[in-house]
Amino acid sequence: MNKSKSLGRYLKQNWQLYVLFLGPALVLTIIFKYLPMGGIMIAFQKYNPIKGILASRWVGLKHFERFLSSPDFIRYLVNTLKLSLYGLLWGFPVPILLALLLNRIESTGIKKKIQLVLYMPNFISVIVLCGMVRILLSVNGPINGLFGTAINFMTIPEAFRSIYITSGIWQGAGWASIMYTAALSNASKELKEAAMIDGANIFQQIKAVEWPAIKNMVVIQFILSAGNIMSIGFEKAYALQTDLNLETSEIIATYVYKKGLIEGDYSFSTAVGLFNTVINLILLIVVNKIVEKMNDGQGL
Amino acid sequence: MKKKSTFAKYDMTDKSLLLTGYFLLGLFVLAIIVPMVYIVLASFIDPITLQNKGLTFDFSKWTLTAYERVLSNKQIWVGFKNSVVYSLVFTFVSVFVTLLCAYPMSRPDFRGKGIFNTIFIITMFFGGGLIPTYILISRLGMLDSMWAVILPGSFSVWNMIIARTYFQGVPSELREAAEVDGASEVVYFFKILLPVCVPVIAVLCLWQFVGMWNSYFDAMIYINDVAKQPLQLVLRSILIQNQPEAGMIADMQSTAQRAQLAELLKYATIIVSSLPLIVMYPFFQKYFDAGIMAGSIKG
Repeated sequence: MNKSKSLGRYLKQNWQLYVLFLGPALVLTIIFKYLPMGGIMIAFQKYNPIKGILASRWVGLKHFERFLSSPDFIRYLVNTLKLSLYGLLWGFPVPILLALLLNRIESTGIKKKIQLVLYMPNFISVIVLCGMVRILLSVNGPINGLFGTAINFMTIPEAFRSIYITSGIWQGAGWASIMYTAALSNASKELKEAAMIDGANIFQQIKAVEWPAIKNMVVIQFILSAGNIMSIGFEKAYALQTDLNLETSEIIATYVYKKGLIEGDYSFSTAVGLFNTVINLILLIVVNKIVEKMNDGQGL
Repeated sequence: MKKKSTFAKYDMTDKSLLLTGYFLLGLFVLAIIVPMVYIVLASFIDPITLQNKGLTFDFSKWTLTAYERVLSNKQIWVGFKNSVVYSLVFTFVSVFVTLLCAYPMSRPDFRGKGIFNTIFIITMFFGGGLIPTYILISRLGMLDSMWAVILPGSFSVWNMIIARTYFQGVPSELREAAEVDGASEVVYFFKILLPVCVPVIAVLCLWQFVGMWNSYFDAMIYINDVAKQPLQLVLRSILIQNQPEAGMIADMQSTAQRAQLAELLKYATIIVSSLPLIVMYPFFQKYFDAGIMAGSIKG
């Protein structure tokens, strides 16, 4: 009960913590994160930029009905899901394997050099990466030259996902392995030597020493990746799109952009975006629950 | 080296397993190096030769044309300058605000921590989305201004959690000693806390700088003024849209020649624009582990 009195005193003594330290972050968060949440209202309106958000006409769930009954939208939804799920399936194990292999290299010099190469692609921009992909896969580019073919990969819808995921692993797997490498370097050396002396083979060692060291990291990474399944990157998909591969390369993020900012259909685009966010949130919660069940109550 | 290698202790199955692993690792490393080397070499070769013969080491066919044209192009330099400004200002604002916020959040006795934590965490998983954010930026009159690209994403909750975790690992004796000396929070933060947190600050700076340098979406939607465009948008017109600056290829006679030159310019553009970061990053490598470890512990 006397907490409130002391709270007043506490604030007086510690105002700096609230105003100087927390203040800037709080202001930025409220303006740029919470104000737009209010803007979600336009998903349920016939938004008119001249009238503004407060005076626009309400139309209920009209926009949602419109896109949920459109075959185009369903295709983009499936594209988004396939792209992320396949990406997760192929991409998730690679950094873990890289880290386990790096961990077994005894010469620090060699290890450092390999790491230098592995991390490098992360510092190339999306635009440059996609530029490189387009060059390497162009009709008279080196890949076609190698096989003596003349395939225009960028215009084949069936090739888009493979290109997207492979280039993603090429660029990101090394960088993603840093975390696991760091965790492994903390795994106890004594434990490892004891396992060696006991004559444990590699799989037994991994099970006894390495897996416990990275397990938590793997779980957290998995939950986060699963929670981002719907928010797969706009930047790369957009930069790898051509007029001819849209059938597979158009995803929700690019669709929202085109509908909203290019065609100016603000309300419809916001409705699609909201749907996407909500699905994402549900996925995150579900995956977290499943992992908690499997992992004796350990989730995010 | 008198230490007996561990490798010798494995039995046959394990040895072959490891060798297979190393072989695959080697392949992955090659897969990273080869395309990069190809682009570097191709950037020096005359476009017609490249198209007909591929890579050649007949140095009479080598040329610096592409580099001359790329480096003498105004738009690339304007973009470069803009990107440097955007990335530096963004890194400073972002890391500063994030560190400031992480300090009270790292204090066990800070009241209201739970509420603030919830306020921040919600934004990681839920937001207004593209259009509401766009409407807000335009209402704030920030279209075509540098701040539209810098401010909205400058406070990163994720980075705040990483910094907070790192701060929590700093011995509490430091603060107690500062309190005895009568140092204010501000003095303690700048004079004592930050200097012992250099690794995590370095990593956050690197992440934010690289992130801003490499992204193009926000600039694409908010910045129409060509004079304010960052490098990535200039690259986008050359590499993705096949529309190099008119001046870069205008003096060529035929359409075919122009197309060939536009192709060649791509290679040089990739090298010129990627070199700064590729050269810089090894200097930061020693901080990677420290920063990543801080972030890996659950906040």
